[in-house]
Amino acid sequence: MNIINIGHISRVYQVGSEEVYALRDVSLRIDKNEYVAIMGPSGSGKSTLMNLLGCLDTPTSGKYEFNGISVSDMSDNQLAAIRNKEIGFVFQTFNLLARSDALHNVELPLIYAGIPYAERRERAEKALIDVGLKDRMHHKPNELSGGQRQRVAIARALVTKPSIILADEPTGNLDSKTGEEIMALFADIHSKGNTIILVTHEEYIAEHAARIIRLRDGLIENDEKVINRKLPKLSATA
Amino acid sequence: MRALLFEIKESMLIALRAIKANKVRSSLTMLGIIIGVTAVVVMSTAIKGIDNSFQTGMSSLGTDVLYIDKWAWFTNEDWWKLRARRNITMEDYERFKEMATLPSAVAPVINSRQTIKYGDLRVENVFLNGSTADYVKTTNFTFSAGRFYSEIESKSSRNVAVIGSEIAKNLFPRGDALDKTIKIGGVNFQVVGVLAEQGSWLLGNFNPDNQVFIPIGTVFKNFMARSWNSITINVRAPSPALLEETKIEAEGVMRKVRGLTVNDENDFSINQQEGLMETLYSVVGVIQIAGLFITGLSLFVGAIGIMNIMFVSVKERTREIGIRKAIGAKRRTILGQFLLESSSICLMGGLIGLLFAVLLSMLINQFFPTSVQYDAVIIAIVVSLLTGILAGLAPAYTAAKMDPVEALRYE
Repeated sequence: MNIINIGHISRVYQVGSEEVYALRDVSLRIDKNEYVAIMGPSGSGKSTLMNLLGCLDTPTSGKYEFNGISVSDMSDNQLAAIRNKEIGFVFQTFNLLARSDALHNVELPLIYAGIPYAERRERAEKALIDVGLKDRMHHKPNELSGGQRQRVAIARALVTKPSIILADEPTGNLDSKTGEEIMALFADIHSKGNTIILVTHEEYIAEHAARIIRLRDGLIENDEKVINRKLPKLSATA
Repeated sequence: MRALLFEIKESMLIALRAIKANKVRSSLTMLGIIIGVTAVVVMSTAIKGIDNSFQTGMSSLGTDVLYIDKWAWFTNEDWWKLRARRNITMEDYERFKEMATLPSAVAPVINSRQTIKYGDLRVENVFLNGSTADYVKTTNFTFSAGRFYSEIESKSSRNVAVIGSEIAKNLFPRGDALDKTIKIGGVNFQVVGVLAEQGSWLLGNFNPDNQVFIPIGTVFKNFMARSWNSITINVRAPSPALLEETKIEAEGVMRKVRGLTVNDENDFSINQQEGLMETLYSVVGVIQIAGLFITGLSLFVGAIGIMNIMFVSVKERTREIGIRKAIGAKRRTILGQFLLESSSICLMGGLIGLLFAVLLSMLINQFFPTSVQYDAVIIAIVVSLLTGILAGLAPAYTAAKMDPVEALRYE
């Protein structure tokens, strides 16, 4: 069963009078419970692809089916609903609300999903416990370390039980040890049946995935299984 | 419906969080609205106060009464010309009363100002009215004790007095004015009636509750020479609808009484409240418009302040908006969040402004009649909410239509 089915997708940006192709005729399928890394140098189109996969943007041409539903011509509000229910984002810069504590940050997508207070509190607490932040629920982002912030972001991504987790350079702002811990957490999440798409430009991070898609100049250069898959050395909740 | 309520409630909580997070900025913004709402509410209560005291004053005079006088209340004639008119005398009044058929009551009035004493207590500069027993029929007086003086008392010029509520309060704090003997300008008078409170009146320092009524004969006997002063003849029409006819008849009768020929001009004026009301209403109207314009302006400035702050706030929170959109906030959710934020700031400002306005009105009421009405509350809430929504609309819309990709990239 394909979760993501992209057919001949292009994304064109208008820069002045020039048309710039960020993606050219890309086709891609991702199955349920896959762990995919998308790699490429800057300007390769990986951010554009990530935005399209995350329903933050729509393609100029081509088809995008998510869970069998065509999202390529959905309205803003429909896309917002898809992002809310089906996609969990993890960003390089964490993107937490600075003035809210961890619990509120994790609870936020559930507010937008219309989940009543008691239930969403319970679910947000559980998600934070799952990423090892039982004692940090009422800390604000600036009272947390980088690794802890990213764990809050991961909890926020998981709390809606989305179909895919979309992580954009999740270790980019972390030291390598903390980065390893986060990758271990992703491995753990993957082992529980989640689908993970990881965007990175670092080989040793990408090797945690089971499949690597390499982009160059808006095209898929290479799409292959990882033979020597790297397994986390550390436990997820260290 | 429930989903909508849920969304409003959650947006409200988010908005309150944002206000709390920016306390200084929020309160400075609020200040603009506080000042605006205070000004608008105080202004409208003052206007209401003017209006009320005006109405009370008018109804105590009676809208169906004509005042035949040497002087005109409103005129373009020269003062000296009016001054040259013959005085209106008691004989004029008696002949007028005999000849006029329409009026339901006719009473002569002469005024003076006197000091009134009871024991050690005194009230200075009281407005003294001398008239006949019919005077009460030209008014809408109600009594809190006693009665108006009778025809016999009036005709025989007995020293009896009817006092206004303010005087009763000042001279008889225990409320036992009836049958007491007071001194009016040094002369003993017996109190036969106390008027119910009529409320303060706007015009100058005239206070309808600070009056005394005594038989006209006693005025001439004690306070002024009969021949030197012109009296006023109060004429009450049988109904407000017949006021105009009564006036026409009064003019004819008065011309006969004064012995005027066809070519003579009237040497008297027939005054009525209508003219007074019109003039005063036009003055009050100008005050109202000017006042509301000026106070409205301050509110408008406050609203621009809010709009400005909301634009800054939206710009500053671009990233936050991007995050919220990425995790599933719809356009209307973002719109609602910012609208609720601006209208909450305004509503809080409005309520604080209302509080200030009430306190201020109480203070002003010491010098000038104001009247805080329940509708001031509604004015404050509606005006501040409306300001919040209008000022928040453009910034909130800007926030709502942001592209999440762009917003997330914003540094």
